[in-house]
Amino acid sequence: MEPAARDGGVAVGGAAPSSRLVGGAAARPPSAPTEPPWVRRLLIATALGFLGLFVVVPIAVVLDQALSQGLGVYRRAVTDPAARDAIALTLEVAAIAVPLNLMFGVAAAWAIAHFRFRGRALLLTLIDLPFAVSPVISGMVFVLLFGAHGLVGPTLRAHWPGLTIIFGLPGIVLATVFVTFPFVARELIPVMEAQGAEEEEAARVLGASGWQMFWWVTLPKIRWGLLYGVILCNARAMGEFGAVSVVSGHIRGRTNTVPLHVEILYNEYNYAAAFAVASLLLGLALLTLVAKRLVERRARLGDAAPLELAPRDPDAPAARLVPTEVSP
Amino acid sequence: MARRGPGALPGFGLALGWTLTWLSLIVLVPLATLVWKSTDLGWGQFWALATSPRALASYRLTFGTALAAATVNLLLGTIVAWVLVRYRFWGRSVVDALVDIPFALPTAVSGLAITAALAPRGWIGGVLADHGVRVVYTRAGITIALIFTGLPFVVRSVQPLLQQLEPELEEAATMLGASRWQTVTRVVLPAIAPAALTGFALALARGIGEYGSVVFIAGNRPMSTEITPLLIMTRLENYDYAGATALALVMLAVSFALLFGINLLQAWSRRRGTAV
Repeated sequence: MEPAARDGGVAVGGAAPSSRLVGGAAARPPSAPTEPPWVRRLLIATALGFLGLFVVVPIAVVLDQALSQGLGVYRRAVTDPAARDAIALTLEVAAIAVPLNLMFGVAAAWAIAHFRFRGRALLLTLIDLPFAVSPVISGMVFVLLFGAHGLVGPTLRAHWPGLTIIFGLPGIVLATVFVTFPFVARELIPVMEAQGAEEEEAARVLGASGWQMFWWVTLPKIRWGLLYGVILCNARAMGEFGAVSVVSGHIRGRTNTVPLHVEILYNEYNYAAAFAVASLLLGLALLTLVAKRLVERRARLGDAAPLELAPRDPDAPAARLVPTEVSP
Repeated sequence: MARRGPGALPGFGLALGWTLTWLSLIVLVPLATLVWKSTDLGWGQFWALATSPRALASYRLTFGTALAAATVNLLLGTIVAWVLVRYRFWGRSVVDALVDIPFALPTAVSGLAITAALAPRGWIGGVLADHGVRVVYTRAGITIALIFTGLPFVVRSVQPLLQQLEPELEEAATMLGASRWQTVTRVVLPAIAPAALTGFALALARGIGEYGSVVFIAGNRPMSTEITPLLIMTRLENYDYAGATALALVMLAVSFALLFGINLLQAWSRRRGTAV
């Protein structure tokens, strides 16, 4: 019996607690001993009822409310200048925050997956820290740093009077980078560990420089894991509410992201418009899930080749390929 | 897997250097600022701010509802994981995908949707109102929102373990004369308990810090339906940084304690996995 694949720490945030890219994802064949049919039916009904009430109903409510005043109201709410500014800002923030975390994630995964060093377990825990912190606190720390009464805020203001960090784009980007910090690293670490570094070593022996090895060997190997991390990171970056709410100042047309715009409309009792804009975020979430599924499937089928380097028992769970022990 | 020392592959220095720099700039220095800021307060003032009646009421509400929601998720999440792994039924893969919705949906949208569904004129709230039950702006409403946000944790923790559990174990128990109920409670449940508890702790940690999905349904009345993250927000909006810092430090301490507990649980889960 193999232990569950170590997922590189804990998740208290948006990511699934264990990586779905490596590990036993194939359906388990129904085993011989099983429950009487009435127990089975009762359990299935309980599970479906629970998910139906708690997941399907909220989704349906968003769509119902968004269209409650008709398509015209929906279209106006979504194309309103304030909504368009919010969409533009959200895209801009994600376009800055996601690549920053992508670069960090690749570097962290490279160091953690392929090397053993002192403090490695501590580093893994520290990377997960942002998931354990309340979004409100995630935003608040940047106010304490860069706010008008913050640690470095007054000094910065004295030197660059035009620079606004809090209640401006830089503050929103910082808070977003903080809350999405672990996503790419967490997905890449198990993938890189499962794949090993034999191809990289071969490339080095054949005379590739470090960067050539990275571009031509490592990046193609990890592409699905990377894409998976980016998808999750992007979903959270575009949807973050609490942390961004603290640092944004809610200035319409300037520091209003889509989730904040939804809140403003709701607080103005403009329900149909609030749900219309919220339905855009719902679309993003559904798109994220579909993309996630596709990548999971591709990672399992298309890119199984690097995993096959390890001798593989066809009956063994895929998690066998993941090193079971991570702490040094 | 072979252990490699630094030197076999290039880029260790660059990768680790970049990792540590970025980690410090984005995570460690900002969090340290919070701790540093709280030293300005002095012990007496910190204690007074962190244990004011309004703060204490918010802790009770936040921890109580998060605990209740995580418990519901522990029970129902285990059933969902069991059903998804063990039974074949029409639409199973769609149901499996639905479990991730609470992770993927922005919290503000979850909050609005749940509030609208439970409002007295909403789909579920309407039915409840007919029976004289109101959940919006109550503790029950907050708990329901937290059940939603924490739903995937237990399912996704238990699922992989249940998939890898070897059928021979249960067959052996059955052949040795155990009833199905005995097999499940004495063989299967102990094997998945550490993973289920990890999921429970993750859901609890998430619930304690949750803001977006709760504020819309909470009503936010001081002393009764005001969660701690919202109280921090209120303090910040009033430029009461001392008050916000004291509360944030308490929450941070609880989060770190939970993170530590989760790490222990996961270590236990791995050991248990090898022992079975």
